[in-house]
Amino acid sequence: MSHRRILFCAGTGCISSGALKTRDALVSELEKRGIRDQYEVVLSGCHGFCEQGPLLIVHPEDTFYCGVQPEDMAELIDEYLLNGRVVERLLYKDPVTGERTSDHMKIGFYAKQKRLVLHNCGVIDPENINEYIGTKGYEALKAALKMERTAIIDEVKRSGLRGRGGAGFPTGMKWEFTFKTPGDKKYIVCNADEGDPGAFMDRSVLEGDPHAVLEGMIIAGYAIGADEGYVYVRAEYPLAVKRLRIAITQAEEFGFLGSNIMGTGFNFKINIKEGAGAFVCGEETALLASIEGERGMPRPRPPFPAISGLWGKPTCLNNVETFANIPLIIREGADSFASVGTERSKGTKIFALTGKINNTGLAEVPMGMTMREIIFDIGGGIRDGKQFKAVQIGGPSGGCLPAELLDLPIDYDSLTQAGAMMGSGGLVVMDENTCMVDLARYFLTFTQNESCGKCTPCREGTKRMLEALERITEGKGESGDIPMLEELANSIKDSSLCGLGQTAPNPILSTLRYFRHEYEEHILEGKCSAGVCRNLVTYHIDAEKCTGCRACTRVCPVEAITGDKKQPHEINIQVCIKCGACMEKCKFDAVILK
Amino acid sequence: MSQVNLTINGIPVQAKAGMTILEAAKTVGIDIPTFCHDPELAKVGACRICVVEVAGARNLPAACTVPVAEGMVIQTETERVRAARKTILNLIWANHPQDCLVCEKTGSCKLQDYSYRYGVSGSIYKGQKKEIPFDDTNPFFFRDLNKCILCGKCVRKCHDINGVGAVDFMWRGFKTMVTTPFDVPIEESSCVFCGMCVDVCPVGALTPKQGLGQGRSFEVDKVFTTCPYCGCGCTLYLNVKNDKIVGVTPNFEGPINGHLCVKGRFGWDFVDSPDRLKTPLIKKGGQFVEAGWDEALDLVAEKFKEVRAQYGADALGGFSSARCTNEDNYLFQKLLRVLGTNNVDHCARL
Ligand SMILES: Cc1cc2nc3c(=O)[nH]c(=O)nc-3n(C[C@H](O)[C@H](O)[C@H](O)COP(=O)(O)O)c2cc1C
Ligand code: SF4
Ligand code: SF4
Repeated sequence: MSHRRILFCAGTGCISSGALKTRDALVSELEKRGIRDQYEVVLSGCHGFCEQGPLLIVHPEDTFYCGVQPEDMAELIDEYLLNGRVVERLLYKDPVTGERTSDHMKIGFYAKQKRLVLHNCGVIDPENINEYIGTKGYEALKAALKMERTAIIDEVKRSGLRGRGGAGFPTGMKWEFTFKTPGDKKYIVCNADEGDPGAFMDRSVLEGDPHAVLEGMIIAGYAIGADEGYVYVRAEYPLAVKRLRIAITQAEEFGFLGSNIMGTGFNFKINIKEGAGAFVCGEETALLASIEGERGMPRPRPPFPAISGLWGKPTCLNNVETFANIPLIIREGADSFASVGTERSKGTKIFALTGKINNTGLAEVPMGMTMREIIFDIGGGIRDGKQFKAVQIGGPSGGCLPAELLDLPIDYDSLTQAGAMMGSGGLVVMDENTCMVDLARYFLTFTQNESCGKCTPCREGTKRMLEALERITEGKGESGDIPMLEELANSIKDSSLCGLGQTAPNPILSTLRYFRHEYEEHILEGKCSAGVCRNLVTYHIDAEKCTGCRACTRVCPVEAITGDKKQPHEINIQVCIKCGACMEKCKFDAVILK
Repeated sequence: MSQVNLTINGIPVQAKAGMTILEAAKTVGIDIPTFCHDPELAKVGACRICVVEVAGARNLPAACTVPVAEGMVIQTETERVRAARKTILNLIWANHPQDCLVCEKTGSCKLQDYSYRYGVSGSIYKGQKKEIPFDDTNPFFFRDLNKCILCGKCVRKCHDINGVGAVDFMWRGFKTMVTTPFDVPIEESSCVFCGMCVDVCPVGALTPKQGLGQGRSFEVDKVFTTCPYCGCGCTLYLNVKNDKIVGVTPNFEGPINGHLCVKGRFGWDFVDSPDRLKTPLIKKGGQFVEAGWDEALDLVAEKFKEVRAQYGADALGGFSSARCTNEDNYLFQKLLRVLGTNNVDHCARL
């Protein structure tokens, strides 16, 4: 083989699991052997399979290695690169069958994905514009600049693309509104605030394929008549910011950005604005206020940004993933795009899989895939062989869906109907050990902290809902709490100013809808079946299983455990402080919760 | 401007395009409650007490920000609307001291008025209340942020009308408060004590010190007058009880400013000061002695004549005050010119 390319995933996930050290080790081992110049070592964007990082792929044969450490590199070179013997132990191992494979498209995690937006992520060097151009990059821009503006907007409308930032507003319509608003100064804004805990698809796109986002923004700018754009990206994404800056400079050098783009007389510049990481700054009007240097607080709509946005000018604001879809639509055509997905939700969606699932990471799937396929086929099912209980979709504004809905095909409308929301596409999977009241409490803690404080229902109401959930999980719930929560939740949805308040009650309403019995059990029976709410569980020792090994008595900090050696022990629940140390220590699973 | 046809509570209304629902409702005498709205300030839609039902809308929009549209059908007092308003009042009360009996604001407090209107007495919610130290660091007003309902009117007045920007929102969530940068006491901030914030605060969070404990708003007579502090001529209402000034209310509708400065707003203690001069004084044998106006004016005229006869008219000079009206100042320079000199000046020129 004359030319081989070794790709290291260098998304934030793999970098934190040590990808750069492994890369350095590989390079120095290659140098030691005097064969450095025969290999191209590239840092790519995120591959999505963060769980298995650091990831390494060898081209052209496309061999996929995972969990690669610096000390593995000598073996990789000597065995595989030089002698063609695959290093079995570094291949991906299926958690169910135990089989290993070198072809990542055979891995369940990738097999069912449809990587359209992510097609470059993990494949090209995001810091080299030539690699982007090599995969048809900026062809869409070239084509768009030859089109009528309205034709571009029509193409986007026909594609059926809906905003990936959460609400699913038809992108073409938004562009048309902004196009039609008179004004000699207009702005394009890219929302890269990505505030949902656990979501990182926007970061991965920016880190892995920044030019796709820029190309989408430039096309949008041309279509609606804007000459300036902003990317509002959180400062906690330093790598994304760095790669964006590099991409902007390179695009300017290549004449895709700046003055007189590709000789057409069209000018467009892109600025980066780093946000300080308030969740509410993802809300479009708060985001615009923040760019203007004001406190990030939502403003009333109307006027919508398309009419009066940044500094009062007509502004078209879209999400990162939305923009990243644009080159695809223009290049491949609206029909091709619309051939994927469901009746009213076209294309693909990237989901961030987290929680009690085997394959955590990013997965791009066609709209309309069922949750079962995503969680069990792609996600590899539930960790440690536990039972699936629920999945929280759409982050803190989303809802919690139960096992009965596993076969629900996911799209914007089905999720809203089920009481959840697409949101940014965060999927937090929960197993039997999750308490749904405690889960709602967790999300309410987040929304209450992140409420901007402007409007009464959200600022004060989320606090009172949170306090009620705290009481219930502490075993101090009262029978009136459920109707109170429901009434308050509906009132907050009804009267809050922005989407944060309007959706903050969703985790409560959806858990009340599907897991009401858990609330009742906490309040009426003083019980938490999942064994999560400390005040509601007691620790006991199963006399059948206890061998009297005394391991627990030694770790109990309050000496609550008594019993003779080799005799079943007992926990004095009056003394026990429920720290769980005994349970962790016991080798025989004899400590149980009641 | 074009007209828009809509109905509010079944009443057909013709409103100017661009008007908000709140403004349109007002034209037909329908009152929608508001905390954060002020016709002079930017519309923020923060307090949400003005939510109404608009046919076809998913949520309850805020009347103070949503513009009217052709064919809109609006209801301002349905069960759903009243329930939302009651929830908001309950939520405010859950985080508000219940000391109306001793609160200066009783009688002119919007929270009281709307609680009365919607039958809300206290809160059905229990839980944490904010505990912010009382700010008594300046001579003009108290700041009790535990009573603040975060309507933000003071913030907008201070930023957009006065241009000082001494206060703004700080923190997020339940911790949100309106305060000075770095939460320093107001005395150490850039506050100029114009008191505009005090005048718009819908509740008892900002209370003037003057007149403390001397009478609620419904006990005072409001005497319309013009501020004597300068020639601008801002008008105001003196709040008078038992012939004593216990407070001041600006004349928001006044043609001049509609606001007051620190002097006109707070500087009224001189009226009843024992040091105040009420008659002219003439120095006799090294002592000031009270005199009548005729005697005093005769003496001044005589002295002027003496000086002019002896040293010429330019030995005289007149120095006027910014507290006089324009008309007074005009007459003053006239007088000096009649005396034969152009030596006239004014303290505001310094
Ligand atoms: C509280 C809140 C947080 C939001 N956070 C984000 C975010 O992090 N990223 C994003 O793209 N949109 C976010 N949105 C949605 C934006 O307001 C806006 O609808 C979206 O960016 C529009 O882009 P799209 O049409 O391409 O989806 C948020 C909305 C709310 C109410
Ligand atoms: S709903 Fe919450 S986040 Fe939105 S404006 Fe109101 S207080 Fe702020
Ligand atoms: S102090 Fe008064 S005016 Fe200022 S925000 Fe609070 S309630 Fe509103």
